[in-house]
This record gives sequence, structure tokens and C-alpha cells, in this order.
Amino acid sequence: MSAPTATESAGRATPSLWRRLPSSPVAMVGLGIVLFWIVLALAAPLLPLAAPNAQDYMAMGHPGSSARHWLGVDPLGRDLLSRIIWGGRTVLAVAPLAVIVAYTVGCAMGLLAGYYRGWVDAAISRAADVILSFPVVVLYVILIANIGPSALNIVVAVVLASAPGIARIVRGLVLSLMHQEFVAAAYLRRESDVFVMLVELLPNCRGPLITDFCLRLGYTTITIGTLGFLGLGLPPPNPDWGGMVKQATSMITVFPHMSLYPTLALVSLILGFNLLADGITELSQAD
Amino acid sequence: MIRYILRRAVEMLLTLLVASFLVFVVTEFSPGNVARKTLGAFALQSQVDLLYEKLHLNDPLMVRYVRWLGVLTGTVADPLQDPALKLDFKDPRGDRYFGNFGYSTMYKAPVNDVLWDRLGNTALLAGLAFAVIVPLSLVLGVLAGMNAGSVLDRALSTVSIVMTSIPEFALGVLLVAIFVVWLHILPGTSPLDSHSGWSIAQQLVLPVAVLAIYDAGYVARMVRTSMAEVMAKPYVRTAVLKGLPRHRVILRHALRNALIAPFTVILLQINWLIGGVVVTELVFAYPGFGRMLLDASLFGDVSLIEAATLIALFVATSTQLLSDVGYRVLDPQARR
Repeated sequence: MSAPTATESAGRATPSLWRRLPSSPVAMVGLGIVLFWIVLALAAPLLPLAAPNAQDYMAMGHPGSSARHWLGVDPLGRDLLSRIIWGGRTVLAVAPLAVIVAYTVGCAMGLLAGYYRGWVDAAISRAADVILSFPVVVLYVILIANIGPSALNIVVAVVLASAPGIARIVRGLVLSLMHQEFVAAAYLRRESDVFVMLVELLPNCRGPLITDFCLRLGYTTITIGTLGFLGLGLPPPNPDWGGMVKQATSMITVFPHMSLYPTLALVSLILGFNLLADGITELSQAD
Repeated sequence: MIRYILRRAVEMLLTLLVASFLVFVVTEFSPGNVARKTLGAFALQSQVDLLYEKLHLNDPLMVRYVRWLGVLTGTVADPLQDPALKLDFKDPRGDRYFGNFGYSTMYKAPVNDVLWDRLGNTALLAGLAFAVIVPLSLVLGVLAGMNAGSVLDRALSTVSIVMTSIPEFALGVLLVAIFVVWLHILPGTSPLDSHSGWSIAQQLVLPVAVLAIYDAGYVARMVRTSMAEVMAKPYVRTAVLKGLPRHRVILRHALRNALIAPFTVILLQINWLIGGVVVTELVFAYPGFGRMLLDASLFGDVSLIEAATLIALFVATSTQLLSDVGYRVLDPQARR
């Protein structure tokens, strides 16, 4: 699973911040929620769960919670608990993957624009402006409706929509770092451009980027859920939290549990990412 | 200042042009869409091929884009309205006028007949939401920022983190579960007609609440941060030390400066609202612009997608321009 890499990379970048994390109760609560879902997602194949796509026709008469189905079943008689846990697996794989790829592209764009300036900067900044002037949901809807809903296309769409924002942050940071002595020193040592960008500049941008990374994880989770709800998420029958809510909303007056449980799962994971981001911001501001 | 506004307006026009081309590329990359969608799923392939031929859909992408642009500006007649095609597509405004967004293949009606009513409904929804967001977030944010670290401040930051963690559709589901399923005091759908037995006002409560709650938490936090920053500034300390009463320090010295940054944030919320509107309208079956855009995208109705995107982008970019100009007016330092 790619999920843990998010926290690992943050930890490797600033060991001191990572070690001070326990002093922020907000961050610890957030981390606890995220770890809870990561553990469940990793353990999904080992847990004694019903298959997420198996239909239990007997349970459809009484879809509420029972001894066989702890959280009840969905409109097609599939076990909700199992679908929520397996659905967490997809969210936790797709969201970090999308954010990491978006970061790779965005950092490259921002480094190039801030380092070379001139026409490179103009071209990258203009392109970013056009993408950023789209209301994000509109961008997602048009893109996914045309390239088709799939995990890969969600990643593509998230990268396209978020890389310009990341590039803008990195560009600003790079511009402010270019006057620093360590950059001048690197020039005097006749280091290559790539070396200056990746070894001197990028690691010094990490402070604001770590917070932004966590916020973006939360935001991308919202996006994935929303796309599922709009019918643009993972194609059925894959368990997908947003898609599960979409399927069940027409029955909300009769069987509210079918839409409530996946909603709560999604909200708790986003809350976890946001609390973690908030705690890290507080810690980094205390420096 | 006027030169600045003019320059920005030209940039805005260029952005719209580039964006409309990008949307055209994405939606029309595989041509033939228009012919098939016009004739419907039951038309024979030979009929579709014939229309494809007559509409010149095998022209290169660039040629088709320029033709679309020609129809929009009124220099080219809308090919779908050609009476020789016998499609019976007629626009009462004629087939050649400025602002002709073409024919919607989903509704089988001119885009201009479909678009504006829905846009009006959405403007009502977004306007009401905005009217709730601005005062609510300003009051909460200022009160919290005035006393950083107070109980209210802590409560606000906790509540707003929770609020911004709930996606619009999830908030919709939660509110429907509480107010519709459990308490039975509000309707779960908002079709804006009175057949359901609920008044229009009652139908608007939940959609407005969903949009407002999601955004207000975020804006309140921005106001709070800005207010807290200003309260720590030397000139506020001077005012306090000079013995001015607290309400005068806040009203005359802090507030004016604290609201400059949130002004931008608040206007930029309109960009977010447009996105939120798509989701909220779907949740509540609201007959608006956002749901139309979603339906058009899923159907592949190019003319309608282009029209809706251009309008969404126009609103987004013009509010950005407004916020930048306003920022320069409010903050003397930004004027240089």
C-alpha cells in the first residue's frame, strides 16, 4: 500500500517535527484516526469479513444491523461493514498516490519556474493560471466525464487540478530562497542546475509543503468521495465510499443507515488528515 | 488603475479563450459525438454517418473549434439549424447572432433557452448562501481573533476544522438524516415547485445550509487569523497603551486593517461556491446550473458544456479581478 509513504516522507524530511508530534494533542488525534483506517485497510484480507461484492438476498428483507451483518447491508444486499473497510483500501491507496504524483509534477514546475524565471516562468505560470481559474469541481466533472471514471483517471484529474497550485507555492518559496547564501555557495562550487534545485532548494521548501501535503490529502479524499457521489468515481461494483452514498441516498428516508455509515467513514478520515495538518501547522509555527 | 483593470480584462478574455479551447479538446477529441447525440441512440449508423458528413465533423479539431467560435460570435450560422438537415432545430433568435451558444443535443433546444432559467435558480441559491456566509464568518472570525486563545477562539477553530472536513454531499446526507428523516420538519428535495406541499422557502433551507456551513467555517478561520495578526501589531498596542477604550481600538484601528485580507478570501469563495453548487444541486434535485453542467457532461452535450463552463469561468475570473482591484483600493501598500 502506498498509504504509509505520506507519513514516512514527512517524517524523513523533518525528524525533529516528527519527534515533537506527540506534544500536539490535535495532531495525535488526527494521526490516530488515519492510522486506524490504514490498519483496517491493510488488515482487510485477514479479517473475517463477507466478500465486499457478495449479495445476501436473505438479508435484503431486513437490511438493518444484525448478527451476520453488523452495520447491515446496502440496497443490493451487500455487507456494509465489509464494503466500508474494502472501500477504505481504495481511498487510502488512491488519495496518497494522487497527491504524491501531483507533488512530483507541481514541484518540478515550481522549481523550473522559480529557478529559470524568464519565459519558462511565464509559460508555466500562465498555464497554471488558466487551470486555477476553473472552479475545481467543474474541471473534475468535465475531465472524468470524458476520459471515463477509473482509479487511474481520478489520479490524472487530481494531478492536473492540484499540480498548478503546488507549483505556485514552490515557485514563491524558490524565489525567496534564490538570494540566500547557500545558493550562492552552490554556484561558487559550480554545482549543476539540477543539483541546486533538488539538493539546495527543494529541501528548504519543506516546511510549508508538509502542511500543504496533509491538507491536500484531506482535500483529495473529499474529491474522491465527491466524484464517487457524482457517479464519476470507481466503476461499480468496486466498493467506493462516495459511490455507496450515491446508491443509497434514494432510500435515505427508509434506510438511513445505508448512506450514513459510509458518510461517517469518509468524514472521519478527512477529519483525521485535517487535524494532522492543523497540528503540524501549529508545531511548525511554534519554531 | 484604469490601465491595470484593462490589462487584467484582456488577460481574463485570453483565459476564457484558452479554457474554452481546452474544454473543446477534451469533449470533442473524438468527433461524431454531436451527430450521434443529436439523432439519439436509436438512429441507424448510416443516418449518423450522413449527419456527420453534412456537419463536416471530420474537419480537424482546430477548424471545428474556430467554427464553434464563429457561431458564438455570430459570424457563422449554426450548422445544426440548417433547414436542409430537416432536424427541425429552430432558435427564435435566428441562426446567427452574438452570444449564440448553439443547440443543446440533450434538451433538443437552443442553449440560450435552457441556460438562463437554471442560472437564475443557482444565483438565488448561491446568493442566499453568500448572504449567510459573509456576516456569520465575519462576526465569528472577528470575535475569535479579538481574543486569541479564548474559549470562543478554541471552539471556533475546532468547529471550523470539523466543518471543512465534511464534503458538501456528506453534509447534505447528514442534514437530510436529521431534519427530514428524523424530525420531519424540512423537505429532502428542492424542485422549486409547490406540488410537494412544501413552500419554496422551506425547500431552500437545506441547500443553502449545506453551502453556507461548508464555506463559513473556512472564511471564519481566515478572518480570525487576520484579526489575530492585526491585534498583535505595534499600532494596536500603541492605541491600547494610549488609553483608548477597547471598543474604539477594535473598531477604529484593528478592524479596518484586519478585513483587507479576508475581503479577497471572501470573493474567492465564489469560485468554490460554483463547485459546491454542482454537488448540492445533485443532492437536493435542485433545478440549477450545476446539475445541468453535470448532466451535460455525462451526456456529452458539447454546446451546453461549453456554455456552462464559459459562464462558470467568467464568474470565477471576474470575481478574482474584482477582488484584486478591491484589494488595491483598500490597501494603500499594494498600490505602490
